[in-house]
Amino acid sequence: MFTARNKGRFAMTAAVVGASLALAGCASGDPLAPEPDTDAPAETIVIGSQAYYSNEIIAELYAQALEAGGFEVERNFQIGQRDAYIPALEAGEVDLFPEYTGNLLQFWSPETTATQSDEVYAELLTVVPEGLQALDQSPATDQDSYNVTAEFAEANGLETIADLAGVEGLILGGAPELEERPYGPSGLQSVYGVTVAFQATGDTTVESLLEGIVNVANVFSADPRIGQNGLVTLADPEGLFLASNVVPIASADLPQEAVDIINAVSAALTPEGLVALNVQSTVDQLSSAEIATQWLTENGFLG
Amino acid sequence: MNLFVDAWLWLVDPVNWQGSGSIPVRIGEHLFYTGLAMLGAALVAIPLGWLIGHTGRGRELAVGISGAARALPTFGLLFLFVMLIGVTLRGPSTVFVLMLLAIPPILAGAYAGLEVIDRRTIDAARSMGMTEWQILWKVEVPLGLPLLIGGLRSATLQVVATVTLAAYVNLGGLGYDIVQGIQLRSYDQMLGAAILVILLALLFDALFAVLERYAVPRGVRAGRDTDVRTTPTGRRATAELTATT
Amino acid sequence: MTWVLNNLGLIIELTLVHIRLSILPIMLGFVIAIPLGWVAYRYRLTRGLILTLVGLLYTIPSLALFVILPPLLGIGFLSEANVLIALTIYAVAIMARSVAEALQSVDPDVRQAATAVGYSSWSRFWTVDFPLAGPVLLAGLRVVAVSTVSLLTVGIVVGVQSLGYLFTNGFQRGIVEEVLAGVVMTVIVALLFDGALVLLGRALMPWTRAARALPASPPRVAMA
Repeated sequence: MFTARNKGRFAMTAAVVGASLALAGCASGDPLAPEPDTDAPAETIVIGSQAYYSNEIIAELYAQALEAGGFEVERNFQIGQRDAYIPALEAGEVDLFPEYTGNLLQFWSPETTATQSDEVYAELLTVVPEGLQALDQSPATDQDSYNVTAEFAEANGLETIADLAGVEGLILGGAPELEERPYGPSGLQSVYGVTVAFQATGDTTVESLLEGIVNVANVFSADPRIGQNGLVTLADPEGLFLASNVVPIASADLPQEAVDIINAVSAALTPEGLVALNVQSTVDQLSSAEIATQWLTENGFLG
Repeated sequence: MNLFVDAWLWLVDPVNWQGSGSIPVRIGEHLFYTGLAMLGAALVAIPLGWLIGHTGRGRELAVGISGAARALPTFGLLFLFVMLIGVTLRGPSTVFVLMLLAIPPILAGAYAGLEVIDRRTIDAARSMGMTEWQILWKVEVPLGLPLLIGGLRSATLQVVATVTLAAYVNLGGLGYDIVQGIQLRSYDQMLGAAILVILLALLFDALFAVLERYAVPRGVRAGRDTDVRTTPTGRRATAELTATT
Repeated sequence: MTWVLNNLGLIIELTLVHIRLSILPIMLGFVIAIPLGWVAYRYRLTRGLILTLVGLLYTIPSLALFVILPPLLGIGFLSEANVLIALTIYAVAIMARSVAEALQSVDPDVRQAATAVGYSSWSRFWTVDFPLAGPVLLAGLRVVAVSTVSLLTVGIVVGVQSLGYLFTNGFQRGIVEEVLAGVVMTVIVALLFDGALVLLGRALMPWTRAARALPASPPRVAMA
């Protein structure tokens, strides 16, 4: 992508940036600074997670299961966006990361046409870069979905996304990037003939739907608030969204024993189970570690 | 690939200049929140600052509260207020948080402007028989204006830069393009929007620089060069007006 | 309070990380700003240029800087260096102006007297100008410290751990207490730094306290 060659181009900041870079470089000998990941012993498995509480819980499941299996684990959670952590995975800074098949496939292969769960997984396996591997996918899913309130569904007779066609004054709410995604307003138009205005509601999407600021909301399917607020998830018969199962992405040289442990965790995690984990985080306000310990104990991975 | 050429191409692409989320709309939103926050902050901070400067009372308290307000993390406060007050009122919440950011430098500018005035000038005004109101309006306010404008200047710069965070609670502005750009890996969009924010800031900076110049009363400007002692004090005051984003 | 009590470990851990990550940019900003501020103060020609440039740096939205630095410098997104460099840039932006103004605040008569008794310009700078500029330098450094602590929270957007974690995580999970805990702890860390700097200033510049007691001292301006 972009390289250090661009450095000179920001002539105004070059001097300051250069000086601070040099000093920051010197300062890496600072005893207070954390050990770089590369210095960790070879058997330590570095686990990352997205800046998304549900993803962090899954990462914590992996971490505690591996620890129970005798592995050394380092947690590098909440690493922001896919753009930030995929390069880190490819560079070997992170060894294991909970991901979602559909969204990840779209990241590596934006033109993909696969939508069904098995199709998506099969295609994902072919695009995983060298040095990485996708472990078994879990039955648990957490994917984009369009939701409306129960009243709105009833008033307009809505069951599937196709039923939205012809409804006037639709406003779609979601993260800012949804505006440009293939399953965003343009996809709704081309696949279902549904015309929507767009409002970026980000992390307040569900609240905005309930307050009537928007009337269609893109919510992750494992979000407990869908059930808590009686939202209606519109069916997607034409496959606008890619199925997105939980899938661990790991470095190719992850020990087989670790692979087996993670695959067993994935197999035990069901869609309902994932929602339940999320409820424990948002409603019971438990920490990821507590939630993971409880789940792993109940499912026979601990104790 | 050249980041800055790409950003330039994004900025001049006609597609980005029309429609609902176009560059002019984002600039408009950005200026709207900046303006509201500055207006609100000025209405609170200027009278309060003048009161403190004129009476000389409450200064320690104001300094303490301003100091604590500067330590408040705007990013966290935005989330906190939207959660507490609700998503329908996220606009007012955001303006309120931005006001908190803008008040300390304006307040400091307002009272520092009055404090640096030579006491003999005020005593002279009083001995001429001016009422307290007349002293405030005819002597202190005009003489303190340059520092007040300095305070408004640094407050505006901070608010313009910070309104970008409003995109996190979905209020648009140029931060929208930055937040969306992060997710979409559109470095051209991100950098283009960042450049626009910087240009806006520069524009305001230049505007206030001109205002600051013209705010110096004519009589003071004439005798300014001979008065070596007050200049550094004035500069020192502006140094301390700089605060946090 | 339940959330706070149940997560004390996390809060303490993030607070320590926050303190650790704040120290370096504050110190680096100070060190880099001294020569810059000196050049701005010393040479009329460069003064406007340098002060405008550093002023410009300060207006770059932190969000944008955090995202643009990695490709610009060829460093990893995840590396703490990213946020450390960004915060150092802001620290320099505030501090360089303060240094120039601090040096300006030194009484020219004192400077002349020092030269007259035989100080070289190098030793005069370090033994006369610099200590006398101390109070204004300290005021600038306090602003830098508070600003750095506050800005660091935005780093969570690019995955750098700090108290900012409590903002985004608490917002997603709808836990007001978590966000509030983050805000309160950020303010406390900022005030800790501020208090430490004030104490440091008293220890290094004992004369400033005496000066303050003098009734004839010129009006002092906000130091916050």
